[in-house]
Amino acid sequence: MIRLEPRETAPVWLSLSAPLTAVLAALLLCALLIMWTGASALEAYGLLFKGALGSRFAITETLTRATPMILTGLAAAIAFRAKLWNIGGEGQFYAGALAATWLGAGAITLPPYLMVPFLIGAGALAGGLLLLIPAILKNRLKVDEVVTTLLLNFIVLLFVNYLLEGPLKDPMSMGWPQAAPIIDEGVLPAILSKSRVHLGLVIAVVAAVLVWALMRFTVWGYEIRAVGYNAAAAGFAGIGVNKTIILTALLSGGLAGIAGVSEVAGTKGYLTLDLSPGFGYAGIAVAMLAALHPLAVVASAVFLSAIFVGADSMSRALNVPTYISDVIVATSVLAVLVSGMFTRFRLRFR
Amino acid sequence: MDFIEILFTAGFWAATLRIATPLIFGTLGELVCERAGVLNLGIEGIMTMGAMSGWMWVYMGGDLVSGILFAAFIGMLFGLLHSLFAVYLGLSQHVAGIGITMLASSLSYFVFRMLLPTATTPPKIDPFQSYPIPGLSDLPYVGTPLFTQTPMTYGAFVVVLVVWYVLYSTPVGLAVRMTGENPIAAEAQGIDVLAVRTGAVVVGSGLMSVGGAFLTMSAFDAFYFGMVNGRGWICVALVIFASWNPGKALLGALLFAGIDAWQVRVQQLPGINIPYQFFLMAPYVLSIVAMIVMSRRALYPKALLVPFRRGERT
Repeated sequence: MIRLEPRETAPVWLSLSAPLTAVLAALLLCALLIMWTGASALEAYGLLFKGALGSRFAITETLTRATPMILTGLAAAIAFRAKLWNIGGEGQFYAGALAATWLGAGAITLPPYLMVPFLIGAGALAGGLLLLIPAILKNRLKVDEVVTTLLLNFIVLLFVNYLLEGPLKDPMSMGWPQAAPIIDEGVLPAILSKSRVHLGLVIAVVAAVLVWALMRFTVWGYEIRAVGYNAAAAGFAGIGVNKTIILTALLSGGLAGIAGVSEVAGTKGYLTLDLSPGFGYAGIAVAMLAALHPLAVVASAVFLSAIFVGADSMSRALNVPTYISDVIVATSVLAVLVSGMFTRFRLRFR
Repeated sequence: MDFIEILFTAGFWAATLRIATPLIFGTLGELVCERAGVLNLGIEGIMTMGAMSGWMWVYMGGDLVSGILFAAFIGMLFGLLHSLFAVYLGLSQHVAGIGITMLASSLSYFVFRMLLPTATTPPKIDPFQSYPIPGLSDLPYVGTPLFTQTPMTYGAFVVVLVVWYVLYSTPVGLAVRMTGENPIAAEAQGIDVLAVRTGAVVVGSGLMSVGGAFLTMSAFDAFYFGMVNGRGWICVALVIFASWNPGKALLGALLFAGIDAWQVRVQQLPGINIPYQFFLMAPYVLSIVAMIVMSRRALYPKALLVPFRRGERT
């Protein structure tokens, strides 16, 4: 008979090696899938690694793609800490991108050192306000936020679709459904020459450190964790549970909104319907892989980004469907989830 | 033709039943899981998997009926996986479910591309044809919309009756409801809580998968990327709307499908200048409104989301 016994504390080596082992196990499982396509798994992973980190260009592409995923990963991590199940990162991402487009494509002109922070603030506000709706519904009427945040993704995407075919459509776009570009003052500058890596990466990493410090050293962070751990006890101890949920929602939605600003004003330059290949959803995987730790989110976002970027070039070379990257990500998330059991519980055989 | 006249056309009612079918399967599947105390957010992915696997079975030469069984079987496998995480390991049901959705949908797309690498236009199968029920389909007014449907739509109504009967009138159903309300009491009665929960999740996931299969094997004849398009999430909302009651779930799915069928027809009326995107938003907005309306009266299973570990008293 196997029994699970809760651990008081987990040794450091275990909490570090457990997720790594889990990811390795996931890669091994997916190797079977790759072999099914007739390709050599070793060669495939070799090409994947090369495509993601094998050259300066590959590394910068991986970092560019990781940038929004760090931010949406932080958004999911901070919300999940408070057990606010925000699955609406995708919608908040587009809300941020929309706000940046609305204000940044010519409506307002400020010098760059004001324009960039202004757009980021606007995007954060838009994302935060979008998540405020489900948070208030949860607080006031106990409406389950999983479903409301998920459904809002579809609503926001259709709304963006409408704007891009109507009011926000760029008359210079030759008929494509895309918005006018962000003016030069609002564009996030490149930080590495001859690459697409832009200021968004710095913002994302700073955000990760700030979120970590907030969660670790401040009363707010303590309250967020307390509400997530046991909302009833936190309320009994005098923590305003509803207030904390609202605060978490604003922070989480805001971070996802900044991801949208970073993509529209940094990577792409203008808003389209395919601005995000699922960055909001990927953020959930990032956060889960990082066990909701804000600093680990950075590493986990870079890792997932490497999988996506590497799988793109690998699948072109070997005819393995590119969806293999999504399978690897999903398998890793589930494997890490299981490995988390071992850091919280001890197996007892008897 | 105006807004109201639409409601008196046979086409509207036929479409309502057609749109409702996958929602009925999905909502009942989710309901069975949740009555046993397990939230299954794998639903969106499992429906995608059902759509792909049932279609692929027929495309590879199987017949339609065995295709449905195959889709159900694959869905049950994912249900088993979900219960491994959410029931036996007691992991967060939210997180495990989202993980299952990620895995099931990405695997569906991977397998589809793997087996049909070069298909640019989606290949088609011969889907279920509508089967007029002899006698009943000749009835005036109701004959065409209600009794000239595909077999899967009739099946959905049968499944409602079966789920309702099993849940409320059999020992198995009692055990399922007990594990969802008070697993400790259930265990004291000698019920194996983990096994009952696993059984419910497996059966529920099978139903979801069949709901997905309806899309590719009955409503359409091909598998498209992103074709489930949030239907799974809408089912999760419908379960709450239905207060975890199979009969109300059927009503909810029909009401919802009816409004969806209605908005499609209103869109085509002359003189309507509302952009089509707002009509497409209707199902999602409606689901949120439904949840808000019902949230005060929601009688959710007491042990929903609470993992059960043998011998642990909380």
